[in-house]
Amino acid sequence: MVSTTHEGRQTPAAPIAPSTAPLAIELRGISKAFGPVQANKDICISVRKGTIHGIIGENGAGKSTLMSILYGFYKADSGTVLINGKEVQITDSQAAIAAGIGMVFQHFKLVENFSVLENVVLGAEDGGLLMPSLGKARKLLKQLSDEYELSVDPDALIEDLSVGHQQRVEILKALYRQADILILDEPTGVLTPAEADHLFRILEGLKAQGKTIILITHKLREIMNVTDSVSVMRRGEMTATVSTADTSPEQLAELMVGRKVLLEVDKTPATPGAPILEVEKLTVVDSHGVTRVKGVDLTVRAGEILGIAGVAGNGQTELLEVLGGYQTGTGVIRVNGQELDLTGKASDGQSRRARGIAHVPEDRHDEGLILNFAAWENIVFGYHHDPEYQKNAWIMDNAKIKKIAHEKMERFDTRPLNEKLEAKSFSGGNQQKIVLAREIERNPDLLLIGQPTRGVDIGAIEFIHQQIVALRDQGKAILLVSVELDEIMALSDRIAVMFDGNIMGERLPSETNEQELGMLMAGINNGADATLSEGA
Amino acid sequence: MQAMPKWADAVLIPLISILLAFFFSGLTILAIGKDPVVAIQTMVQGAFGSTNGLGYTLYYTTNFIFTGLAIAVAYHARLFNIGGEGQVMLGGLGVALVCLAIDWPHWTLALPAAMVGGAVFGAAWAFIPAYLQAKRGSHIVITTMMFNFIASAFVGYILLNYLKVPGSMSTESAGFSAGAHLPTFHEMLAPFGINFNKNAPANISFLIALLAAFGFWVLIWKTRLGYEIRSFGESESAAKYAGINPVRITVIAMMISGALCGLMAINNVMGEAERLIDNAPEGAGFIGIAVALMGRNHPIGIVLAALLFGFLYQGGAELTFWEAIPRELIIVIQGLVIMFTGALDNMVRAPLEKLFLTLRKNKKGA
Amino acid sequence: MDYLTVLQILDSTVRLATPLLLTCLAGLFSERAGIVDIGLEGKLLVAAFMSGAVAYVTGSIWLGLLAGVAASLVFSMIHGLASITFQGDQLISGVALNFLAAGLTVVIGQSWFALGGRTPPLSGNGRFGEWTLPFSDAWSKIPVFGPTYSELISGHTALTYIALIAVPLSWWVLYRTRFGLRLRAVGENPSAVDTAGISVVRLRYMALIIAGVLCGLAGTYLASLAAGFVKDMSAGRGYIALAALIFAKWRPWYALSATLIFGFLEAVGNRYQSISIGDFVIPVQFMQALPYILTVVILAGFIGKAIPPRAGGTPYVKER
Repeated sequence: MVSTTHEGRQTPAAPIAPSTAPLAIELRGISKAFGPVQANKDICISVRKGTIHGIIGENGAGKSTLMSILYGFYKADSGTVLINGKEVQITDSQAAIAAGIGMVFQHFKLVENFSVLENVVLGAEDGGLLMPSLGKARKLLKQLSDEYELSVDPDALIEDLSVGHQQRVEILKALYRQADILILDEPTGVLTPAEADHLFRILEGLKAQGKTIILITHKLREIMNVTDSVSVMRRGEMTATVSTADTSPEQLAELMVGRKVLLEVDKTPATPGAPILEVEKLTVVDSHGVTRVKGVDLTVRAGEILGIAGVAGNGQTELLEVLGGYQTGTGVIRVNGQELDLTGKASDGQSRRARGIAHVPEDRHDEGLILNFAAWENIVFGYHHDPEYQKNAWIMDNAKIKKIAHEKMERFDTRPLNEKLEAKSFSGGNQQKIVLAREIERNPDLLLIGQPTRGVDIGAIEFIHQQIVALRDQGKAILLVSVELDEIMALSDRIAVMFDGNIMGERLPSETNEQELGMLMAGINNGADATLSEGA
Repeated sequence: MQAMPKWADAVLIPLISILLAFFFSGLTILAIGKDPVVAIQTMVQGAFGSTNGLGYTLYYTTNFIFTGLAIAVAYHARLFNIGGEGQVMLGGLGVALVCLAIDWPHWTLALPAAMVGGAVFGAAWAFIPAYLQAKRGSHIVITTMMFNFIASAFVGYILLNYLKVPGSMSTESAGFSAGAHLPTFHEMLAPFGINFNKNAPANISFLIALLAAFGFWVLIWKTRLGYEIRSFGESESAAKYAGINPVRITVIAMMISGALCGLMAINNVMGEAERLIDNAPEGAGFIGIAVALMGRNHPIGIVLAALLFGFLYQGGAELTFWEAIPRELIIVIQGLVIMFTGALDNMVRAPLEKLFLTLRKNKKGA
Repeated sequence: MDYLTVLQILDSTVRLATPLLLTCLAGLFSERAGIVDIGLEGKLLVAAFMSGAVAYVTGSIWLGLLAGVAASLVFSMIHGLASITFQGDQLISGVALNFLAAGLTVVIGQSWFALGGRTPPLSGNGRFGEWTLPFSDAWSKIPVFGPTYSELISGHTALTYIALIAVPLSWWVLYRTRFGLRLRAVGENPSAVDTAGISVVRLRYMALIIAGVLCGLAGTYLASLAAGFVKDMSAGRGYIALAALIFAKWRPWYALSATLIFGFLEAVGNRYQSISIGDFVIPVQFMQALPYILTVVILAGFIGKAIPPRAGGTPYVKER
């Protein structure tokens, strides 16, 4: 079996013709509700054996829920599942595993302080004693990793591995359980383009072995590049299933959103003014003692958007946190020529806001909003010391805040327009509009904005992008951090790429392409930088 | 979208939980061969049937309003202050020291001073666990629990070695002077022609407790500090983003909590015993947990829950007297209330949510 | 201080550490599975009461032991119901159980025995006998080793030896068996366990069953040692065990040393409470408070990086 693999991997064309292969998976009439929310409505899908099937849709379209049902993680309210033509009752993950299904979740299901080996064995042990199981697994793991380019150190602790390697452990877990069907949920979100390519090579190899793969993603390019067929989901419903060869990105986008979408942002060239933000030799060490930002220099001028590209976890988060005032660092940061405190009392979020810095944090749920607070309470969050919102030294002017909240939400087209609703009852896009209304309406000199459209529906993305560009056109400085390369390319006037705590290089969007940025994101710089400001 | 209307969340669920707790309390009474109906009658008669009983009920209620508010303040910052008992004990020491310090001319002077004494001592006792949690990450539940034991030993030591009247057999301080005597309901209501029982311990502290409840409401929902406390409680990471100092909020919320516990001593030490006795709080610090949970951390709920527990305490004492059921029955009821309103919340909530969901669907369908 | 005094203190250290150790291991299993267990105190108390009551009525401490374990298990299962099945707050559930235990033991005890919440004193087979290990007498004359063997190592009740054996056994179960691997995993990341096709609920209940049994043993030990149940006889030992668990960084061997230290403190406190050293008098109250003070000091400073199981205290909610 091992000997045949090589040939299979060399020729990506599957040995079995997809159009005639038997069905590996058939879902009929799957429905699932979470309380009042209908996540899946009467979904039907068929996937042929030995193919890669993509499922594409916006955030919240119900893709992950559907696959979690197939994996037995959630129970469907109704519907049937057929595996290899036979109806199976997938009551829990155990049943799914027994039916030959494996799943790589978007958020890995690994025990962080266990070794790779222990994670692979967990739940698939041989007998009650651990040592024999681990010994056996070690051998099999070696075999599997050779077979599929999945090398990992079996004794390494998960917390010491890169995300790419952690993902390999997840795949190995599924293979160890002899999965024939592999589901991957947004597998490339945390990977560099190079790591993603490696992953896709692995998937091709698996396909050549006759494995069936379901790839969930919201990236059209991935669908076009690796899948044989694709299903589109929108608002819990399946809108279409087509052969990848017969479709185009434009058609898929339209199917996802239900109308034509502009994938480009309409903006005029920037007219940068004086430097607003100047960062010199900024270094950030996190609470675990890991150096996250390693002496970064950067400048953002008035009237320009500097986009920071990079794979998640390369120091962008910490950079934003220091600038936003809730992480300490060393180095020099100047805003409007005045130096900021990086430690101590005057380095907190309050002081930053007083200096004209607004911050839309990367994590809307854990930082930007208090989900159990009403929208009006959230609209002053962080600015609650502002004299405008006070009745006297102690008491806040709640009536006035409600009125202001209503006005701001109206200007940002927040729906439903009800400031008394709790933040958690708004959709992702509308939650983000509340945060943006709060930060942009303060008329800041510098806007820090992290992942502005994560978990936001496409309609709201357009609106949010327009607001960011409009702020730039008012002559404000904007520092944009996003893991979506498309977003960086569309919005930025200048692009800096972060890798492992360093700025790998700066490029102008007009003079670069995704391949070059991808190389930089992987830590490889072999081109000329756009600005010469960086020292040797 | 909410699964349930607000009123169901705020009123219906606690009500069902309480009924469940009472149902199991009734079973306990049955199990020891007594009649729950007779027991309830005895309790109601004992707690509300006379101004003497009512006076005791309101006296206990006062205690529980203070401790309930205290636990709730900390809980709004998601700090579980299990050390109310120790903070009440220290508050008692503070009140006693103030009352014994000078020969007070009039209660109007003694009361504010005693309030400061009680609040400061209670707050100081809460400060240490709060600081350790905020700065050193020692879990506040464990440290406040330990501080209850330490408080008991510490106050016992002070009482025995410094405050005890020499030659006296009982472990208690000297009685406070007449100028530190707080007006009882009997004295307060006499001018209005109402004859409240002379021996009932309810006193002016009850009104101060109600004021504290109002102050709690203003603090939590109207002030900037309250806004910060709630923000911190809801999400520590968001609070950090907003520039709210976690150390400051932890320490302040716990000190307010400790101060409210300490304030309780004006009722039991100054108002009732008029001297410092050993183990003065009698569990009030723990009952505050049940009161806060039952009252949903809202002052109106807390006052009502405190009244319920005041009734249980006074009624329970009567049970011991007339029905030979041990006072500890109250602790059982207290445990059941905490269990059903606090830990088994979902047991009541989940079926109710389903019920409301089907009701709504049917309405839409029709 | 002569050698015999030291031996006596150490002997009583072992006596006092036994219930702490059993309780601490109970907490270890529970917390390693991600269930914080403040209710150890309550379980200890109900177990002491039920074992005392049944041992008195039947005249057999072994039947008492069964009853004590059963009572503790019932409490453990209530904790499971609240914190696993209904995904409630584990701290609050534990606090509630402690109150239930404090109240029920007295209410029921009064109803059964009418002694103000006590059980009548236990005697004969109503208590555990002390096991005299072989050669105790023969070797007792050997200097140093003899008395150490006969006084300190020999002459404890069965439960002390069970507790000591439970330490390596717990280590073996946790680190050398499939069950242990899964148990540790469920306390770290329950969703990893769930997606591996193992029931989180079942594992956590298993952990609570083990905790219940161990607390039952500890409670029975208390009742036997004191020759009967007395109101509130657990006297905060459940909390001390919890502190010892933190001190022990949730590991079996460390749990042994932590509980021995706390047992030693209590033993010294018991022995020297009325003794003054020269002019300096250590107050009784200080000795009583010392374990608690030490716990706070340990928690605040010397604990180093004691990382609790990551999923501890949070109910596992699968559906979003």
